[in-house]
Amino acid sequence: MTMTQQPNPQGQPQLALTGISKHFGSVVALDNVDFEVYPGEVVALVGDNGAGKSTLIKIIAGVYQPNAGMITFDGRAVHLSSPQAASALGIATVYQDLALCDNLDVVANLFLGRERASAPLAGPLRQLSEEAMERQAIDVLHSLSVNLPSVHRPVAELSGGQRQSIAVSRAVLWGSKVVLLDEPTAALGVEQTALVQQLIVRLRERGLGVVIISHNLADVFKVADRIIVLRLGRRVGTFQRRATTPEEVVAAITGGVSLAGEEVH
Amino acid sequence: MATTEAQTRAAQAAPPTGWRKLQLALRQQMARGELGPWPVLAGLAIIWAIFQTQNAHFLTARNLSNLILQIGVLGVLAIGVVLVLLIGEIDLSLGAVTGVCAGVLGVTLTLHHWNIWAALLATIIVGAAIGVLQGVLIVGIGVPSFLVTLAGLLAWGGVQIILLGDAGELIIYDSSVRAISSAYFTPLQSGVLAGLVLAGYGWTLLRQRARRQQAGLSAPTVGTLVLRWAAVVVIVAASVALMDAYFGVPYILAVLVALALALTWVTSRSVYGRHLYAIGGNKEAARRAGIKVGLITVSVFVIASTLAAVGGILAASREFAVSIGTGGGTLLLDAIAAAVIGGTSLFGGRGQIYNALLGALVIGSVENGLDLLGQPSSVKDIATGVILVAAVSIDAISRRRSQAR
Ligand SMILES: Nc1ncnc2c1ncn2[C@@H]1O[C@H](COP(=O)(O)OP(=O)(O)OP(=O)(O)O)[C@@H](O)[C@H]1O
Ligand SMILES: [Mg+2]
Repeated sequence: MTMTQQPNPQGQPQLALTGISKHFGSVVALDNVDFEVYPGEVVALVGDNGAGKSTLIKIIAGVYQPNAGMITFDGRAVHLSSPQAASALGIATVYQDLALCDNLDVVANLFLGRERASAPLAGPLRQLSEEAMERQAIDVLHSLSVNLPSVHRPVAELSGGQRQSIAVSRAVLWGSKVVLLDEPTAALGVEQTALVQQLIVRLRERGLGVVIISHNLADVFKVADRIIVLRLGRRVGTFQRRATTPEEVVAAITGGVSLAGEEVH
Repeated sequence: MATTEAQTRAAQAAPPTGWRKLQLALRQQMARGELGPWPVLAGLAIIWAIFQTQNAHFLTARNLSNLILQIGVLGVLAIGVVLVLLIGEIDLSLGAVTGVCAGVLGVTLTLHHWNIWAALLATIIVGAAIGVLQGVLIVGIGVPSFLVTLAGLLAWGGVQIILLGDAGELIIYDSSVRAISSAYFTPLQSGVLAGLVLAGYGWTLLRQRARRQQAGLSAPTVGTLVLRWAAVVVIVAASVALMDAYFGVPYILAVLVALALALTWVTSRSVYGRHLYAIGGNKEAARRAGIKVGLITVSVFVIASTLAAVGGILAASREFAVSIGTGGGTLLLDAIAAAVIGGTSLFGGRGQIYNALLGALVIGSVENGLDLLGQPSSVKDIATGVILVAAVSIDAISRRRSQAR
């Protein structure tokens, strides 16, 4: 697609989309877009409002079905027919509004919908394995260096960054391989933003593929390995973070360089 | 951050023991605006103290035993209300369901001379079926529970009148139904039952401690557990002894306690219970996490209606009759008030089964005490209203304070 081949990634992408198009009526949200994320890589998806970032993320998350194109996960062609299908494969989406239950504590939120439980009764009346869940929660938070006052606090009492961290830790706990974050630091202060950025770096160290959408290029340049630029539904640039400058990326976002996708960096 | 983490570590490494730990826990709870059962218990103590100074008969074994009989139906309904409120819904039909189910019991037993078990089963099934119907309307069609159950309140009241016919009343002759509200355990029986429950509680505490240790988590000392267990033993033994000083432990009390214990286990220990809190806390998050929100919502309405059917049986048993007034009056509103006074949130996600019993005890005490003083029901209603507002205000203020920090 572009000049700047290829990042740290060795081997095949964890997730690859090829020739993806998506229309909403007459609106072309995505037009023949390729996208790929490798294990242990942070990809930033940037672009102006309406460029198609959220649409692309939602296709990966199984929320939207593309009108054309192919998706492979671990090298195998897959059909992401629903959010459940995507999460079953190991694609976790951290939603902007976080999807945490404020009244439940950290452990309960980490295991929400996937509680560990055992006999004596069956089905929904299985007994929660509180201790096993707490142990695992503490371990995973520790391994990600997420610091919390207590895992027994309702998450309503935690800061925005801590809550974001819990949502991300949940993806790790559930064994996800790709984590999608739409504007993960949009609502956070400086310190909290740094916290979440450290966490993103740790996800990469664990070999997960991370996709972040952000309008803040300074943040993007702090964590991303690769920057993919969308403009009017098309991929117009791919940049190695180490080999580019914010100015170049801004030019691609605003169309300061040729739309043909052949710009040279 | 660093200090809080260090604190956590320290706390996990060497848990403070006994009294100090209790103090810490209480202070944390206060700071969080989580007052637990303490405000209700304090309120109850004040109410009892006031009535006792006005009338020395109030705190006698005989009167307290009567009080238990009086709050049987209310307590069972309030448990259902807690469950419904927990998932952020409301059920206004529970009083009417109580009435209609009592009507079914009356018709099958008195008019059609059914076998007692068949009649009880039919009553329960009708209650559950009403829950299914209302739950499916709420979840399937998306009509708010307030409206569906308001319609239920009206409609089931009408059905009750039709069932009871022109006389508007059916006498219950069946001795076993009558016995539910007028029979008592012998001291031996209640002693054995209470002993079993207490042994089970102690065993659970120890098991929990062992599991925490096994998982390498901070665990309470045996001493702390023994203290906690002993406190419960004292309360239970005192209650049983008090009841034994009159006719004994009423069957109704056993029914209430059994229902409360079973549902406490379900809400606090089972996967299903965890999902109830999740739905009440953030329905959308629960859905995204794969929790079957619709199915669980229907099931909660079924449980609440079934509890209302049990309430209908208790009501018929207590009055030895079913009338068009059964399940009517302020019963439903009292049940909602009981749940809220006990500490359950109207907005979902916060509440405990015991809230229902404590709240019912408060409302029952006010009613009983004012009866003793010869006050009319108008005064009782005013008093209940004032207590409800006071309870909710204390809760709101403590929460606002904790948020202001
Ligand atoms: N559900 C929808 N129905 C119709 N049009 C849609 C829908 N979702 C997105 N679009 C359109 O598709 C285009 C891409 O939208 P998208 O939300 O993906 O942009 P974005 O890059 O996420 O923008 P932003 O930075 O503002 O979040 C826009 O023109 C938008 O109006
Ligand atoms: Mg967007």
